[in-house]
Amino acid sequence: MTEPDPRAELRDGPELMGDALDARLSETWGDKPGLIGWLRTVDHKRVANRYIVTALVFLALGGVLALLMRLQLAQPESGLISADRYNQIFSMHGTTMMFLFAVPVMEAFGVYLVPLMVGTRAIAFPRLNAFSYWLYLFGGIMIWVAFLLDIGPEAGWFSYVPLSGPQFSAGKRTDFWAQMITFTEVAALAVAVELVGTIIKQRAPGMRLDRIPLFVWSILVTAFMVIFSMPAVTLASSMLISDRLVATQFFNATEGGSALLWQHLFWFFGHPEVYIIFLPGLGFISAITETFCKRPVFAYPLMVAALVTTGLLAFGLWVHHMFATGLPRLGYAFYTAASMAIALPSGVQIFCWIATMWDSRPRLEVPMWWVIGFIITFVIGGLTGVMIASVPLDLELHDTYFIVAHFHYTLIGGGVFPLLGALTYWFPKMTGRMLGNRLGKISFLFTFGGFHLTFMTMHFTGLMGMPRRVYTYPAGMGWDMLNLISTIGAFVLALGVLIFVLNIVLSLRGGAIAGDNPWGAASLEWATHSPPRPYNFAHIPAVTSNTPLWEETLPCFSGLRVEERELLLTTAVEAEPDIREPSPKPSVWPLVAALATTLLFIWSIFSPWAVVWGSIPAAIALILWFWPKDPAEPGKEPVIE
Amino acid sequence: MRRALPIVALLLAGCSGVQTMTEGAGFGSRQFNSLMLLFLIVTGISFALVLIFLLLALWRRRSEPGEARVRSWLIAWIAFIVIGLILLTGASFLSDRREATAAADQQPLKVTVSASQWWWGIEYQNDDPSRIIHTANELHLPVGRPVQLKLNSGDVIHSLWIPALAGKQDLIPGRDNDIRILPTRIGRYRAQCAEFCGLQHAHMAFDVTVESPQAFAAWYAAQLQPAPEPATPLAKAGHDWFMSHACSNCHAIGGTDANGRTGPDLTHLASRRTIAAGTLQMSRGNLMGWIENPQGVKPGARMPTVGMSADELHAVASYLETLK
Repeated sequence: MTEPDPRAELRDGPELMGDALDARLSETWGDKPGLIGWLRTVDHKRVANRYIVTALVFLALGGVLALLMRLQLAQPESGLISADRYNQIFSMHGTTMMFLFAVPVMEAFGVYLVPLMVGTRAIAFPRLNAFSYWLYLFGGIMIWVAFLLDIGPEAGWFSYVPLSGPQFSAGKRTDFWAQMITFTEVAALAVAVELVGTIIKQRAPGMRLDRIPLFVWSILVTAFMVIFSMPAVTLASSMLISDRLVATQFFNATEGGSALLWQHLFWFFGHPEVYIIFLPGLGFISAITETFCKRPVFAYPLMVAALVTTGLLAFGLWVHHMFATGLPRLGYAFYTAASMAIALPSGVQIFCWIATMWDSRPRLEVPMWWVIGFIITFVIGGLTGVMIASVPLDLELHDTYFIVAHFHYTLIGGGVFPLLGALTYWFPKMTGRMLGNRLGKISFLFTFGGFHLTFMTMHFTGLMGMPRRVYTYPAGMGWDMLNLISTIGAFVLALGVLIFVLNIVLSLRGGAIAGDNPWGAASLEWATHSPPRPYNFAHIPAVTSNTPLWEETLPCFSGLRVEERELLLTTAVEAEPDIREPSPKPSVWPLVAALATTLLFIWSIFSPWAVVWGSIPAAIALILWFWPKDPAEPGKEPVIE
Repeated sequence: MRRALPIVALLLAGCSGVQTMTEGAGFGSRQFNSLMLLFLIVTGISFALVLIFLLLALWRRRSEPGEARVRSWLIAWIAFIVIGLILLTGASFLSDRREATAAADQQPLKVTVSASQWWWGIEYQNDDPSRIIHTANELHLPVGRPVQLKLNSGDVIHSLWIPALAGKQDLIPGRDNDIRILPTRIGRYRAQCAEFCGLQHAHMAFDVTVESPQAFAAWYAAQLQPAPEPATPLAKAGHDWFMSHACSNCHAIGGTDANGRTGPDLTHLASRRTIAAGTLQMSRGNLMGWIENPQGVKPGARMPTVGMSADELHAVASYLETLK
């Protein structure tokens, strides 16, 4: 026997497992306690929890704005809220819900679940992940502070020019809106890149493309959609800012610009945006259905094809938001056909979920209630979507309450209902405790009932000619009673959400202790502790089917270093073990870089020179962030146990 | 729906006119109704199928395995969706073509609509310049004759929408849009801006009167007349005040020195059903309230508050009331 090499690497394996391994890995992957550790963390679960909580706070704020609007519209000629305030409120409602709630919360679930579901120890680019959260938080705070100071956006969440241009939106209100776009787009793009990287390169060995859980597929498609669609709106909002700040004329028709250019760019992003919100919702539905039906979702390849098709078609639909703008009429036919075609992949998925239930004995736990609520609601939203894909119908229905009803059916039905189901479903994994059953059912009933009371009614309000975005309306148009019903429904809906929140608060302390896998689910996140340890998996699992936890045994890989943060990378298609890759340690520089970027973004609302001088602190923070470390010794190859 | 909704609307809608898109008072709205009916049938069947399948899936007896049977249903379901979509896309396309070519052989009435924050300028075109008329916030149309509305905007994007007659079309600065509408039923309708256009988007409506060709001709002839000379001393005082103060900078009154075009033409103001772009019913009280404090009625409106005494207000309102 020779002396042990002091530089020998410690690896997990037969000689290091169980509690000793847990202690070693916890030391390597854990954060220091206290505020410093809290600020420095790059643990995808901690960052995702923050993301989710923050997004839910924005959901609550956006919901309060919705209730304010419903109060104003409960009766005709109401003087409760002034025109100026109302216009800010509806602009903030849309902005908050789309940019600060829906997209971030869906990406946050991806950040939490994807590394666990693909069986890896960390997300790709974990520091970028922390950076994106801070940036998102600061951007959200900025726009809300501006709103509370009466400099909130006033031209809608869509900010059509010239209304949002320098001439008709004087002051800084629209600049705050446009800069909020920049914040959230940078954050969303960063997360999208991390998720794609994690899904493509960090899957557990054996998790071939045809074994990826459907939720992860939905996140992959969503992330690619973010990468391809968000640059359009970032470009548009940058052009708007420069029109407003340095007198460029991109959107000024009298100087050769074009008002319609904004709409093309905005909707080239805006339509995929809608799918970015509900595709992860479809992923939730697949995960929940699989678990409670105790069988894989019917026709897996078809489900994947449907997700990918939806993602591709999403980029060919944007003109259906512009049917009334006077573009060549024959060209509209293409967008009608493409918009209607979306019904095919959506209809196939709906069929496959129901077929899964048909061919099994579904357990009707609370998450399944949300699945059923989703199916009923989302199908209605999809079918009204078919109606407004038709040019002659849309020209009447466009910009009326019918549209408000339609997209709330798709976004709440297709996004929020699955999200609430997902929160119920993964709550035990995230917190270690079950979410209360009784309150869960009560909150579903109120939310579902309140939702349909509010928004089913709006279809009729719209058919009777009430346009959107009006702060008041005259009496005697036949809208009074319908609006009152919608307002009552909105409060019932809010009560349902409130009960949901109450349930979370009560269950955090008093909920039943959940085991590692309380629902008997099949995907890898349920192989970890509840809540998962900082390193997720003591040994990297090896996957031999679509439902790894329903197999007899879960084989695993060992041989990753334990005193350094190390990941196993696999090949993109077959997920064969490829190389070992170090994973960054906690760092405070993402936070500092986010603060520096925030300074640059907010400063540039007021002066173009911010782009020059503000880039200096950001550059310093980034240099320190990326300061080269000692290259790790290349180690031995991992071994299969 | 096609029948029920308009009835409800008629019961409830006030005197300013119907704003329901199922009204069917124009070719576009009628096309909408029949196309909507087809869509409702097809989508209704789809929804019923989904619900039935869902209920059966939840409550069926689990004696026999279902997978093989479900596979053949999937193919049927896909076929149903594809056929349904082709049917609806085709119907939608044909409906659109029909609307585009409706009454193409008839010489349309030509009207230019200029939208501003937050009112509608209306100009009836004519090859004979002396037969061009200006009005605001109202549209009179002869039944059965197509009208070609030329749409432009002086500031932001607006959208012209007469729900009872046809679909909408945007008015976009820097673009020449137009829309062709064929009114088919006599009646009074209300129209409203459908694109968010700023502070008072909610108060940007206008009145549409579809009338017999004779009634339209009579209205047109009346509009061609200049404003009558004020007959009473009070109206005369109002006229003089109007002409010597800020009013005449922005408003035009045919046959007088007032020829401003930044605000609505007032030549036949008193013949209109509403004032302030559909915000208030036409009445002496409303007229005085509006002139005295436009910002109270419609905060942000471009019409400024012009300081005037009660007597002056009284006089100006009396004068405006003579502009039939």
